[in-house]
Amino acid sequence: MLWIAQRATAALLALCVVVHLATMIVAVRGGLTATEILGRTRGSVGWATFYGLFVLAVAIHAPIGLRTVAGEWLQWRGRAADACCVAVGVLLLALGWRAVAAVTL
Amino acid sequence: MTLHAWRHRDHPAYWASIVHRVTGLLLALFLPVHFLALGTALSGDASLDGFLAWTERPWVKASEVALVALLAAHLTGGLRLLLIEFVGWRRESQAMLLAAAGGATVCCALAFALNLF
Repeated sequence: MLWIAQRATAALLALCVVVHLATMIVAVRGGLTATEILGRTRGSVGWATFYGLFVLAVAIHAPIGLRTVAGEWLQWRGRAADACCVAVGVLLLALGWRAVAAVTL
Repeated sequence: MTLHAWRHRDHPAYWASIVHRVTGLLLALFLPVHFLALGTALSGDASLDGFLAWTERPWVKASEVALVALLAAHLTGGLRLLLIEFVGWRRESQAMLLAAAGGATVCCALAFALNLF
């Protein structure tokens, strides 16, 4: 189940990251301002949906990856490790969706 | 680190797996900071502009280029894994996939750096 979730979110993230990288590379030309960033994103249902899904995929993908690294490098496995990874996912989801709301609403 | 992994540390795919894990770990550490920074927009445009002014420091810009490189490296390393697992690209394609991943990472970081500085 976790293996499938990791790969499914990886496929979605691949698309999201390509769009995010391209946007960043273009957007930083000439410097960034709040007016320029928020002018692009605020009130945009498209960007809100895109970044909302992006954050959701990250909040699933990152904790599963961290769980793997914790098991391989620290030999940290079991309920405590799983609970910690779930907490990381919840934290990323909360902070990420808060950030999406900040720049799109 | 398992004994099995150490036995294969001379293989390029082993180092690719290390790079994928390290970049993923660093990105996971950076993400909460990134989200909190964007969240400053909740306090108004001036608050976000204040943060953006802080990012004009050369060392912050250099860190941003490094972060773009980390993201591109994790992306291309992940695409390589998906191609191996789901498309069946095997041993004969390893060198080409690793070279493409490295090349794409450098291209992304350079394009970002050229526009940023």
